[in-house]
Amino acid sequence: MLVNQFLILAAVLFCIGVYGVIARRNAVMVLMSIELILNSVNINFLAFALRNGSVDGHVFALYIIAVAAAEVGVGLALVLLVYRNRKSIALDELSEMKG
Amino acid sequence: MFAEASTVAHEALSSGWFLEHAFLIPVIPAVAFALIIFFGKKLPMKGSELGVLSMVASLVFSVGAALQWINRVNGATEEQYIDPVIRSWTWWNSGGFEFGIGQHIDGLSLTILVVVAFISSLVQIYSLEYLRGDRRYTHFFASLTLFSAGMLNMVVAENMIQLILGWEIMGLCSFMLIGHWWEEGANSRAALKAFFTTRTGDIGLLVGTSVLFFSANSWTQENLGVSGFSIRGLSAWALTGDPSHAAITVGAVALFIACIGKSGQFPLHTWLPDAMAGPTPVSSLLHSSTMVVAGVFLVARLYPVFFEGMNIFGSGVNLITLIGGITIVIAAALAFVQTDIKKVLAYSTVSQLGYMMMGLGAGAWMPAVFHIFTHAFFKACLFLAAGSISHSASHHSFEMKKDMGGLRKFMPITFTTWIISTLALCGVFPFAGFFSKDEIIDNVGHNGYQVFMVVGLVGAFLTAAYMTRATYLTFFGEPRGASAGESHDDHDTHDAHDSHASHGPHESNLLITVPLMILATLALGAGLFNATPFGESWERMTKWVEPRSVVVEDMDHAAVGETRGVRAEEAPVGEEPHAAEGENGAHAKSVCGTSTPEKGTCYAPQLQHAPFKWSKAAMSVIIVLVGMLISWLISVQMYTKKAGFFVGLTGRNKLLALGYRFLVNKYYLDHLYEKVIVHGIAHPIAKAAYWVNQNILDGIVNGAGLVARRVAGWVYRNVDQRVVDGAVNGSGAVARGTGNALRPVQSGKVSQYGALLFAAAAVAGLVLIMVNT
Amino acid sequence: MDILRDHNWVLSVGTFLPLAGVLVMLFIPKAEEQLQKAVALITALATLGVGVYTLTLFNYDRAGEMQFVAQTNWISVIKSTYYIGLDGISLPLYILSMVITVLVMIYSWDHIPSPGNPKAFLILMLVLQTGMAGTFISQDLILFFVFFELVLLPMYFMIGVWGGENRQYASLKFFLYTMFGSALMLVAFLALFFKTGAESFAIPYLVENGGAIAKNTQVWIFAGMFIGFAVKVPMFPFHTWLPDAHTQAPTQGSVILAAVLLKLGTYGFIRIAIPMLPDAAREWAPYIGLLAVIGIIYGALGCLAQTDMKRLIAFSSVAHMGFVMLGISTLTSFGMNAAVFGMVAHGLITGMLFFVAGSVKDRYHTLEIARLGGLLKQVPHLAWILGFCVMASLGLPGLAGFWGEFPAILSAYSPLSGLSEVTFRVYMVIAAMGTVLAAAYLLWLFQRIAFGEPKPEFGGHTSDSHDGHDHAGHDDAHHSDIHDVTVYEWVAWTPLLIAIVLFGVMPNLLFKLIDPAVAAIVTQIGG
Repeated sequence: MLVNQFLILAAVLFCIGVYGVIARRNAVMVLMSIELILNSVNINFLAFALRNGSVDGHVFALYIIAVAAAEVGVGLALVLLVYRNRKSIALDELSEMKG
Repeated sequence: MFAEASTVAHEALSSGWFLEHAFLIPVIPAVAFALIIFFGKKLPMKGSELGVLSMVASLVFSVGAALQWINRVNGATEEQYIDPVIRSWTWWNSGGFEFGIGQHIDGLSLTILVVVAFISSLVQIYSLEYLRGDRRYTHFFASLTLFSAGMLNMVVAENMIQLILGWEIMGLCSFMLIGHWWEEGANSRAALKAFFTTRTGDIGLLVGTSVLFFSANSWTQENLGVSGFSIRGLSAWALTGDPSHAAITVGAVALFIACIGKSGQFPLHTWLPDAMAGPTPVSSLLHSSTMVVAGVFLVARLYPVFFEGMNIFGSGVNLITLIGGITIVIAAALAFVQTDIKKVLAYSTVSQLGYMMMGLGAGAWMPAVFHIFTHAFFKACLFLAAGSISHSASHHSFEMKKDMGGLRKFMPITFTTWIISTLALCGVFPFAGFFSKDEIIDNVGHNGYQVFMVVGLVGAFLTAAYMTRATYLTFFGEPRGASAGESHDDHDTHDAHDSHASHGPHESNLLITVPLMILATLALGAGLFNATPFGESWERMTKWVEPRSVVVEDMDHAAVGETRGVRAEEAPVGEEPHAAEGENGAHAKSVCGTSTPEKGTCYAPQLQHAPFKWSKAAMSVIIVLVGMLISWLISVQMYTKKAGFFVGLTGRNKLLALGYRFLVNKYYLDHLYEKVIVHGIAHPIAKAAYWVNQNILDGIVNGAGLVARRVAGWVYRNVDQRVVDGAVNGSGAVARGTGNALRPVQSGKVSQYGALLFAAAAVAGLVLIMVNT
Repeated sequence: MDILRDHNWVLSVGTFLPLAGVLVMLFIPKAEEQLQKAVALITALATLGVGVYTLTLFNYDRAGEMQFVAQTNWISVIKSTYYIGLDGISLPLYILSMVITVLVMIYSWDHIPSPGNPKAFLILMLVLQTGMAGTFISQDLILFFVFFELVLLPMYFMIGVWGGENRQYASLKFFLYTMFGSALMLVAFLALFFKTGAESFAIPYLVENGGAIAKNTQVWIFAGMFIGFAVKVPMFPFHTWLPDAHTQAPTQGSVILAAVLLKLGTYGFIRIAIPMLPDAAREWAPYIGLLAVIGIIYGALGCLAQTDMKRLIAFSSVAHMGFVMLGISTLTSFGMNAAVFGMVAHGLITGMLFFVAGSVKDRYHTLEIARLGGLLKQVPHLAWILGFCVMASLGLPGLAGFWGEFPAILSAYSPLSGLSEVTFRVYMVIAAMGTVLAAAYLLWLFQRIAFGEPKPEFGGHTSDSHDGHDHAGHDDAHHSDIHDVTVYEWVAWTPLLIAIVLFGVMPNLLFKLIDPAVAAIVTQIGG
């Protein structure tokens, strides 16, 4: 099995995603990066599911896709609202939660 | 012999309605109090009529009961124990025991009942005039009535709790009455002081009652079917020899501390002179028959407990005698330096209470109780006379030196009654005080307390001297100050209604003089109730009042009856256990109080009576007369010569020979008065005593208050607010500090959070890998 | 027993009826203030009516056992049941809570504290009533805990919304402190539950089986309960929330707090902690007694240092509850009788004192003792009522306070066998001294407030001119707030005043109820 290749792909995607989440200022880009992270996890799940011959990984992957869709929906709605209120979606300007 | 005895045995003690219903005596004024409070202001005489009526009713009940008691005693044999008339109802239960409330009527309680009801009635009648127009007339009568109710309740009390009830009600009423004119700070402070001082003594009452209860309860429940609060039970228990001596001693000492506070004994007497801030009728009532007598009464009431606990007869000195003796002298000495007539009388009361205590401590039970009886009359009379003077002559001033003098011409009735009472107080034959005070001194000596006999005689001397001085200042010489018609603006206007302001001194009206005359009559004649000098047939009070120290056999009889109180309700008459065995047994066995009776119960210790000797009596009367004479001479010299003294004083002084020098020195000016006494015998002691009184004793009281406040303040500020509260607030502060420290982390920047998250995850992952490999 | 069973609805109705009132009030608009008040009052009266009916049904010959018992499944997962009942200890407190609520409602008729909003205020009070009554009848620990906590919230809002200037601080302190105690208490309850085999939370069951737990474990469990209840009482080192809460709370809150809430703690000791953990109780008793007497003296000293009348009364609660705890710590039926009596008496008397303090504040807008004076002249009835309460509070025989105080001192002479007599006798003497201090601070308070001339700032100058026949102050137009006792106040206070005298003169009305119930508990600890 080509497990290693799948894992390497997932790791690369994950790192790109993390970089995006941390480094990008645009909220939409951050959301997309989160999608990348989630998909990297999906790849891992599927890889191991195939290798072990069980269906659990597939089920999980489907769940994650569903949750990710919902998450993007909510996330985009939030971004829209933020944009409407502040005319900007730059994340480093949103620090109302500062303690 | 035996047959005779058994007929005696079945001779039932007589009783009667008044005796059976003596518990009503305090109830009447208590009800009257409530009525006055709620309806008093609407009544034509603003409630005072209710007060007077209730007291008269109580008096009638008391006298009725007393007569029936006398009948009961007369119907009994010589050797028979006269059972008190006890009734009891359940008041509260706790821990499986029932505690009663009821009455314990015997000679002692009836004596005091009659006196209290009598004096209270007269004082209330007197107050009708004295407080006429007072702004709190109704309140005054309400308090006065409740006060008497408290005292009466204490006297009829069947058990200690009931006694405490009356005791504390009196304390409360004394607070209200002494502070009657509370607009002035001094009065309310005096009220506070009185309540607080007596309350301090009451620690002893609470502790002593507790100690005695738990020590006695099982015995009394088992043998008499009554609780360990019951006065009867405690008396019997104390004389069984059963009690552990430590317990009974602690109990007796604790109770005695309460008596010291209430009866103004040294060192807790300081409240009593201050209590003069109240209206004069209050002083009269407080000082003659109620309140201050309460402590003495308690000792007399629970005499077996004190007898055993204090080891009376056991040694040459005990706490009661000692305190009594000290009080006599200290207080009498203080009376010399007073210029306020009421304060002279107040110290005199303290001193006389000392006599009563000393007598009780030395085993002279009957003379002491008799002294309560006679003292009530003449002291009430003296106070009321002082009130009469201030009311009608001196514009509400009590200053003898400033505002009185020469009043005998203007107030003949007040003067006469005062003189009679003074002679009674000094103990001159044949006035009432002689028969009681002299008996105390005599018996104290007879019982082996020689030192205290001397103290008593010194006291008698001092009493004669200071009373003579007060009498002189008030009634002789020339009128001064207010009595001479000078106007006074600075006097308290509390007595209100200065309708007399424009008149000179004059005699008071009948509402005041009639009580005075009645009391003076008794001050003259009350001694005949127990006139020991005239032979045994005159010793009526001894026969009626003194509990007989007879071993009452047949404990089973008592135990079978379970609660004798309950039985008494059904068959109050036949309570006397069969004396058939008692007759034989009592003679065969040792007497009560000196050792344990093998079988049976004692209710009173065996006491002795000093045989009366005219020689001894004459000696004490002579001492009194000498005291009067000396004091009289000094006073006369000072006052009659005063006017002409300035003239040629220096010249005469220089010219006269040395032999006259002592006499000449007596002619010093009025303002040297104090100094004359300083060089006399009494004054250094008096000054010292007064100094101790004001600075040390009062200082301790005040200081304790001050220290308590300081400590309280300090504790509150430092411990409560800082440490204890600090700990609470501190935990909050710690939480806040931690929060502040962590604040920068919460930057609000999502990307930063994310970075942190992944960094943490990475670290956690590393750790996991390291741990697993 | 059948008759009793048939009537076991009275407790549930009596407890939850106030919630029905709340429901009605929720549908009434906020603006209809009179209607709100009327509904609340009627609800409270109806509740009291049920309470009185309970009194008539109660079998006084069997005051030692639980009556009106009702038991049904509730949370079966944790084996907790809805289990209620009433005995001679619960009954007086149960009725007391109802009476106080009614009286507070009457008082509220013209005394709604700022910022107004009677709807919310009265609803909170009714919820409070349910909590209080429920606590006293619970026979299941979880149920007890729920009611115990239910009380907390309304009180928190009462202080926090209707309180004085410093209300935020006070209410939070009150809430946190009590929650802290409750948390430990809950842990203790759970420990007890599991240590008895996780069978049941029913109080009778735990009482029966709690004694079998090893002594060491008992001591620890007791510690948890101790803190929970001691905070509520409050005992000496845990009392600091009380003065703040009392000072800041509105009058009604103070009254309920003093009259009923403080009793939840002592009730917990008597009903739960001591009978369930007898060995631990014996171990703890000397320390409880020690804290109690420290509380007595310390509370009194605290009082002496006060300059604020309400704060003084609050501190006096610490001292008085010290007497109650001293009685409990003896573990004898004498002591516990005194304690339960003391709880009721303190509820009546201190409740009354807070009423008076509230009314003084209404009139003078200050409770600073130094600024007050001559109340007897300006508001004679109010001042005499204060005097009466002061006398009752310092334990004058013939009034209710005495029967809590004196028997407690008495009982300390002879604690449960096995406890150190010497220790407790020392406590007794200290407690007796406490009575003197009580007299000192209360009379001092009365002297400074009621006696003397009214202060100039409150129109005292007018009194100089009067001729001594009437009371001054009425003619003073500048101080229209200063008036004597109003009708609402009379109606609200008279029952309390009567009760204080009644229980003082006839203590057996209560003792007869309490004694058998206490005896049943004392047998658990081998007394």
